[in-house]
Amino acid sequence: MEFSGRHKSARFDDALFKGVTFFFALLVVLLMVFIFIILLKESMPAIRQFGLGFLYTNEWDPVQQRFGALSAVYGTVVSSIIAIVIAVPVSLGIAVFLTEMAPKRLRVPVGTAIELLASIPSIIYGMWGLFVFAPFLAEHVEPLLIRYLGFLPLFRGTPLGIGMLPAGFILAIMIIPFISSVTRDIFLMVPPMLKESGYGMGATKWEVIKNIVIPFARSGILGAVILGLGRALGETMAVTFVIGNSHSISASLIDPATTISATLANEFTEAVEDIYLSGLVELGLLLFFITFVALALAKLMISRFSYKGERIG
Amino acid sequence: MNSDNKKCNFHYSARRAVNFAALGASLLSALFGIFFLFWILKDVVVSGFPAINAAFFTELPSPPGVEGGGLANALLGTLMITVIATVIGVPSGILAGTYLSEYGRKSRFAFAVRFLSDILVSAPSIVVGVFVYAILVKPFKGFSAIAGAVSLAIIMLPVVVRTAEEMLKLVPDSTREAALALGAPHWKVTVHIVYRGALRGIITGVMLAVARVSGETAPLLFTSFNNSFWNFKLTEPTATLTVSIFNYAMGPYEDWHQKAWGAALLITVLVLSITIISRLIVRGRTQQ
Repeated sequence: MEFSGRHKSARFDDALFKGVTFFFALLVVLLMVFIFIILLKESMPAIRQFGLGFLYTNEWDPVQQRFGALSAVYGTVVSSIIAIVIAVPVSLGIAVFLTEMAPKRLRVPVGTAIELLASIPSIIYGMWGLFVFAPFLAEHVEPLLIRYLGFLPLFRGTPLGIGMLPAGFILAIMIIPFISSVTRDIFLMVPPMLKESGYGMGATKWEVIKNIVIPFARSGILGAVILGLGRALGETMAVTFVIGNSHSISASLIDPATTISATLANEFTEAVEDIYLSGLVELGLLLFFITFVALALAKLMISRFSYKGERIG
Repeated sequence: MNSDNKKCNFHYSARRAVNFAALGASLLSALFGIFFLFWILKDVVVSGFPAINAAFFTELPSPPGVEGGGLANALLGTLMITVIATVIGVPSGILAGTYLSEYGRKSRFAFAVRFLSDILVSAPSIVVGVFVYAILVKPFKGFSAIAGAVSLAIIMLPVVVRTAEEMLKLVPDSTREAALALGAPHWKVTVHIVYRGALRGIITGVMLAVARVSGETAPLLFTSFNNSFWNFKLTEPTATLTVSIFNYAMGPYEDWHQKAWGAALLITVLVLSITIISRLIVRGRTQQ
């Protein structure tokens, strides 16, 4: 009798515990849904007023209360592309170094150093970019770019050290650890037998990497790159410090620009009118949507890899 | 015969040259990353160190343009908001992770939760700030410490969910089965056996999550906002170190910039030491 009572209460406790854990797992899903719904609801006034024009007009005038997202979207995309162009070759190089080239003793310290780069808070990157890197660029790098590459419209203007190029470069340093660590993990999954057969044919290390490792890991690398892109698109503080916050679109990469995240960081607390605030929230929604798509894509491409071999730890 | 051999040699040395060039480039990439790590750390230490003194830890900020004062209130604010965020985020994350590892496992729902967590981990933190502004600041007509804490908890949640699951999965199923066979109810097995086995890993995960959010700025800008005075109320705007760095670094005064560097040094040392310690814990585990 007593035994069955205990059994019953244990079953109830079990159901309760499972229910509680299920609730918190569900919370993650609900959170995502709520973020979309709330952002959509708050941006409704702006969506009604500006319609689709919000996406392709460039005017950002809080006084006249006319808002268009084009300059912010343009800045977000271009600064992220610059970051990717710089970060991808470097990250691949680091992954090759860590998996194929470095002596065993160096792998852990170098790998840790690169990963520490990811744990430095983004505001530190921003502040360092503003006080150290921007003056360095303005004095030593941008004058050279203007003198020797100034025939391209990309490198015309005043060397301020602040603008699209510096922002893209700092973003590149920030996303290198993400791309390189995912790429390294994928390189490690290349079956050793494939590589050994390459070496058996007399291939050099580089030939094995180029013809065997990279083709095998191609879609995973692409996933890693898109993951880095997703990070770069949404990065806020580092960019806010060095991009110059100008709502005009310029062909030159050394001119000040702005991104969605920098606009939000700078203007959100200043927005007193409802429609201004709503326009900013719509920018946030746009950013959330873009990064969601990018990250989902990246996740799908990388997870194809992790399912191939059961990895422990 | 001889010329053939030479041609072959030439071809071989060309391949070797390409090999060396490529491997040299990979070495340079690694040096590039390490170079920037040390460059940034050097400037943070050199510029931040002179700002650290007793007043920095004990005094309130001085009025704009007046030298001296400290960031004691921001220090307390960061501590308060991070602790509340941890209290909200960590238990929720561990419980959700428990569902994934003990119950959901390979179900569709568990897959969706994992997928969304992974996206949320990398989602722009400023959007979380906008979201919390809409649900906790606008309706209650004011910035507050609790709003800041909630946004940090949201950022923490997916990190804890995923690490908790990974760590719980490391506990072998045979251990669970042994306890179940002794007649222990499932929840007791989870709490007393599985949690205990995964304790070290979970603590590491929690530490990493705390490190991650203690450097966050963007989600606090329009949730906890800022305050020049002491604040102990959860419903009032609260200063934090990171938001102070933002405001001071963007400000016009040299003294402010120095304070910003000081705060930057403090945050960087905090975040990097937590990260390194938790890595050492994990390594100690795998070597056992």
